[in-house]
Amino acid sequence: MSTRIPVLKTYKLYIGGQFPRTESGRAIALEGRGGRHVANYCRASRKDLRNAVVAARKAQSGWAGKTAYLRGQILYRTAEMLEGRAAQFAEELRLQGDSASGARKEVDAAIELLIHYAGWTDKYTQVFGTVNPVASPHFNFSVPEPTGVIGVVAPESPGLLGLVAGVAPLLAGGNACVVLASATHPLSAVTFAEVLNDSDLPGGVVNILTGLRQEILPTMATHKDIDGIAAYGTNAAEQTLIAENAALNVKRVALHPADALDGDPFRIMEFQEIKTTWHPVAIR
Amino acid sequence: MAAKKKTRPPEKTVPAAPPGNDFRLGEPYAPAPEATDHARIAPAYGLFINGAFVSAASGKRFPTVNPATEATLSEVSEAGPGDVDKAIAAARKAFGPWNRLKASERGKYLFRIARLLQERAREFAVIESMDGGKPIRESRDFDVPQAAAHFFYHGGWADKLAYAFPGRKIAPVGVAGQIIPWNFPLLMAAWKIAPALACGNTVVLKPAESTPLTALKLAELLADAGLPPGVVNIITGAGDTGAALVNHPGIDKIAFTGSTEVGKQIQRAVAATGKRHTLELGGKAAHIIFDDAPVDQAVEGIINGIFFNQGHVCCAGSRLLVQEGVAETIVAKLRRRMENLVLGDPLDKNTDIGAIHSRAQLERIEALVRAGVEEGACIHQSGQTLPAKGYWFRPTIFTETAQSHRINREEIFGPVLSVMTFRTPDEAIEKANNTPYGLSGGVWTDKGAKIFGVTGALRAGVLWANTFNKFDPASPFGGYKESGLGREGGLHGLAAYVNLSR
Repeated sequence: MSTRIPVLKTYKLYIGGQFPRTESGRAIALEGRGGRHVANYCRASRKDLRNAVVAARKAQSGWAGKTAYLRGQILYRTAEMLEGRAAQFAEELRLQGDSASGARKEVDAAIELLIHYAGWTDKYTQVFGTVNPVASPHFNFSVPEPTGVIGVVAPESPGLLGLVAGVAPLLAGGNACVVLASATHPLSAVTFAEVLNDSDLPGGVVNILTGLRQEILPTMATHKDIDGIAAYGTNAAEQTLIAENAALNVKRVALHPADALDGDPFRIMEFQEIKTTWHPVAIR
Repeated sequence: MAAKKKTRPPEKTVPAAPPGNDFRLGEPYAPAPEATDHARIAPAYGLFINGAFVSAASGKRFPTVNPATEATLSEVSEAGPGDVDKAIAAARKAFGPWNRLKASERGKYLFRIARLLQERAREFAVIESMDGGKPIRESRDFDVPQAAAHFFYHGGWADKLAYAFPGRKIAPVGVAGQIIPWNFPLLMAAWKIAPALACGNTVVLKPAESTPLTALKLAELLADAGLPPGVVNIITGAGDTGAALVNHPGIDKIAFTGSTEVGKQIQRAVAATGKRHTLELGGKAAHIIFDDAPVDQAVEGIINGIFFNQGHVCCAGSRLLVQEGVAETIVAKLRRRMENLVLGDPLDKNTDIGAIHSRAQLERIEALVRAGVEEGACIHQSGQTLPAKGYWFRPTIFTETAQSHRINREEIFGPVLSVMTFRTPDEAIEKANNTPYGLSGGVWTDKGAKIFGVTGALRAGVLWANTFNKFDPASPFGGYKESGLGREGGLHGLAAYVNLSR
């Protein structure tokens, strides 16, 4: 009697709703406990990043144009998909070096966070929008609108929850994003892309790259079609790189510690622009 | 009374007829100049630091000139690094007591400032028009009343901040460095100072080197209001003074209004320093006219959109997009209307177009207009006679322009409109958004659904539908994309001056 040989997954990038290999053809071997080979993952190139930005730009206005209710439904579905695959995610985190009990807790927290933001999609504009009593016969109101395409630097750890905490508020607010995943937990990011892809999220709204921060971050920081950067758990040199180059096209920048993982509507507002509209009021 | 004396430099009254120009140029109106005898301008001003006017350490001074006559109005001091240091130290020292003051008491100072400004409104309007060249009708009816309203509005916020940021603890940012432009000198000072003080911050403000007078008059007024010394410090100087302020480790925040180029330098300078920043930068607003628009009202809106304050307006409607069916009619009406604008003495109550703010700005406008002609656009200029002295530019419209022309890509900041046409709403939106700027925009149509469809699709922070260039302290102002970061005015503007925590 022979034992069954398991079919192993090829971990690829997630760009424009598809799972391509890196155009560079490079891979990095992920080692688990004791130096055991766990899997290869893609070492994304600067070209992959630029492709991802093109995909994100193309998808962004369509995503922002969906009703807030539908964005909430889709985010809720990501939570459902994650719930259904919780054991797989926990096991994958464990393979990448996390403890079994910590891994399961992390998956649960990621699910809660997705539901939290799913509920915000059709409320934050009510909380943060205003009707302004101007001293002239005009109707005047201000509403938040998504900034556009946001680069996300996910924290090295927690691998899944950190990614979700970075991406979920952007999705709730109608932004598209290009994510550089954790280099210590790249597998969780790629598997989470499958969750997104199963949740009716339009292709290109979230794009996920795995690879080396020192290779990808300079291009992300200087890319002029990225409107903002949300970075979690970056060091001082990386923060300087991001903040200085933000001046190239007046990027919005939010720098957070790796453990800034709570649900928070102000996190949505970091990448919102306030649009104020005036119209005369009269009866003619 | 000794303290009082220090806060008010020796003054002279301004001669009723400023020397240098004969403004009677055959306009169809009798001259109606605003009296200037009540406007007091000192021959020289120091820096307003810690509640008193002091000389710059270097003793250096530079003139501020009336752009309508080229006459020197006064001399102001050039703040060097040591003076900047002193101003920031004064603001830092004042911060603790100011922040500990009961919020409602802080608010009362702001109400008081608003009232004093209302009382002296005409004097401020006259000086604003003399220093900057804008028509008295605008300084009197817009700049000064709006500045007073801004203080009044924010006075009311001081003790109500908890309602603006649900679920958050609120703290002031600290010492705010503020740098403002020359196009609305007093109003920009109000936009910067009022929210900063309401939220418990202290301020070092640098007005533009070419329009310092109303900010210095405001300093006198702040002292009259009894504002504690050091809460607001006003230092004059050019780019070097501004850079010293931006780069000083003693500020917690920089607020800047000006060009996108300088804004980017500031964003880079404060990168990774922990200093907060808000930027109100340039614009190249699209003003879209659909063929179902009320044509005559739209024409007035377009004229106001581009010629208000000689076009020295970051949110000016400088790219006109007209639907093909009405393009010919609109352009013909615009050209006729343009001829009727009264150009001349800024202090005359009939004047529509005042002086261009400075020789440098005039040269920049002239260079871009030359580029428009050289790139093949068709130029139409009105026929007003220009005064012999001072800096002037005729209202100008370009037709037959392309999106690639410099006049459609670069901010001219002058009375120059470029016209493009479009067929479908989608084409209008695409052209409107085809710019790195995103400050403002305008839409004219009689169809409500189209208004919301188009304003929703435009990537800009302030949108005027069937109106243009309207402002209010309660209405947030600020840009998308390279037009800036953050908002000024309204509830949203408060966020620029508070630190929030859980």
